[in-house]
Amino acid sequence: MAIKLEIPTALRQFAGKQASVEFNAATVGEALKQLTGTYADLRKHLYTDDGRIRSFVNIYLNDEDIRYLQKENTPTKDGDTISIVPSIAGGVRI
Amino acid sequence: MPIITGTPTVPETVRTLSKQEIQRYSRHLIMPEVGMEGQLKLAKAKVLMIGAGGLGAPLGLYLAAAGVGRLGIVDFDVVDYTNLQRQITFSTSDVGRPKIQAAKERLAGMNPSIRIDTYETRLTSSNALDLFRDYDIIVDGTDNFPTRYLVNDACVLLNKPNVYGSIFRFEGQTTVFHYPGGPCYRCLYPEPPPPGLVPSCAEGGVLGVLPGIVGALQAMETIKLIIGIGEPLAGRLLLFDALGMRFRELRLRRNPACPVCGDHPTIHELIDYEEFCGIRGEEVVPVTTGIPEITPRELKTRLDRGDDIFILDVREPHEYQICNLQGHLIPLGDLPNRASELDSSREIVAHCRSGKRSADAVQFLQQAGFRKIWNLKGGILAWSDEVDPSVPKY
Repeated sequence: MAIKLEIPTALRQFAGKQASVEFNAATVGEALKQLTGTYADLRKHLYTDDGRIRSFVNIYLNDEDIRYLQKENTPTKDGDTISIVPSIAGGVRI
Repeated sequence: MPIITGTPTVPETVRTLSKQEIQRYSRHLIMPEVGMEGQLKLAKAKVLMIGAGGLGAPLGLYLAAAGVGRLGIVDFDVVDYTNLQRQITFSTSDVGRPKIQAAKERLAGMNPSIRIDTYETRLTSSNALDLFRDYDIIVDGTDNFPTRYLVNDACVLLNKPNVYGSIFRFEGQTTVFHYPGGPCYRCLYPEPPPPGLVPSCAEGGVLGVLPGIVGALQAMETIKLIIGIGEPLAGRLLLFDALGMRFRELRLRRNPACPVCGDHPTIHELIDYEEFCGIRGEEVVPVTTGIPEITPRELKTRLDRGDDIFILDVREPHEYQICNLQGHLIPLGDLPNRASELDSSREIVAHCRSGKRSADAVQFLQQAGFRKIWNLKGGILAWSDEVDPSVPKY
């Protein structure tokens, strides 16, 4: 099942500068595992050391927050879009 | 003279519009959705803007133009040249002036009939509630996480809607937090990112039009809330992607376990937001502690006398194009894969724009066994200040 993963600007540098990638996966967690397997540098930005999704990164399946679905076990179907939406604070911070 | 209207929503204490004002707002007045009733609501409204920067510019301009009766602006910054690319309230002649002063002048010039209150202060846990109390709607246009959480918590505690906008490079997020029954910022993001994981200055930057669009969206939502028309952007996060020129919408839900707006809140007063965001520790222990440094003057002296020093530039290629010290370019992110290009037997001076990324590079290379390596203190900015003013600062 082809699932599209949308990568936000802030994290594209860790994902081969791509705006979106496609994977075959049956759950949201599986798709994210494939993503961080392909782009290892993304892992620490998405997961804590003990493997939980970071609290300033939200994962959406289509337009719904997976925290209110079945979290990483949320099943996916062909054509679904997973969005990674990290918190952004504003303009230029130095 | 009491206004002649049967609507209970506009209190009789509100003044009528003058002939001149009727002309000024005529394009509002002729729409039944706004009309005289809506315009008087605008005249009566009190909106507090947090920040007079990129988002604050279109916000302030449109809210003032629309006739929002009382506009408060909180900001403590002064205008500098790098602001002018996007902060369209300011003129080149405003550089060096306090932003609130320049903004007030501009907005008052545009609409002299509104009241503008400026607060030249940093928003803190000790002043936020007092500042917010007088206003109906708070519009958040800040650029940092501690202030985001502070604004959120103060809005929830005082039960005021928070019109939120944030931007990054080509991307924007907008929503209305704490609209009756709706989610707050903490429902969306319970915790801020740790300072080490937020994008560094290398990835910063913003296309000037982006805050214009997001700030204008905030202005639109604010005006809708005041007049009470349409569907507020509450419970929905609007994502704007300027490069793809796409708007997307995600659903937001109030989190019943939210520590500030949930069913059993644990936060009943404002906290220390710098500490909450892990920033205080960072300030006490600068990143460069223990990293061997060389000042721009020392480096210049040594280069002039012909010492063999290898200059390593760890910025991004597009920054190299702005200005450079003719160093060897390896962006910080590529360093782990490209360290073999460096000769550890030579003396190496690493630099970036301000000295922060190159400190990380020096630390990394030290761990990789490099011994003769220094960080250029203050980076290319300090080089421009102390050695060669012809090098532009950016």
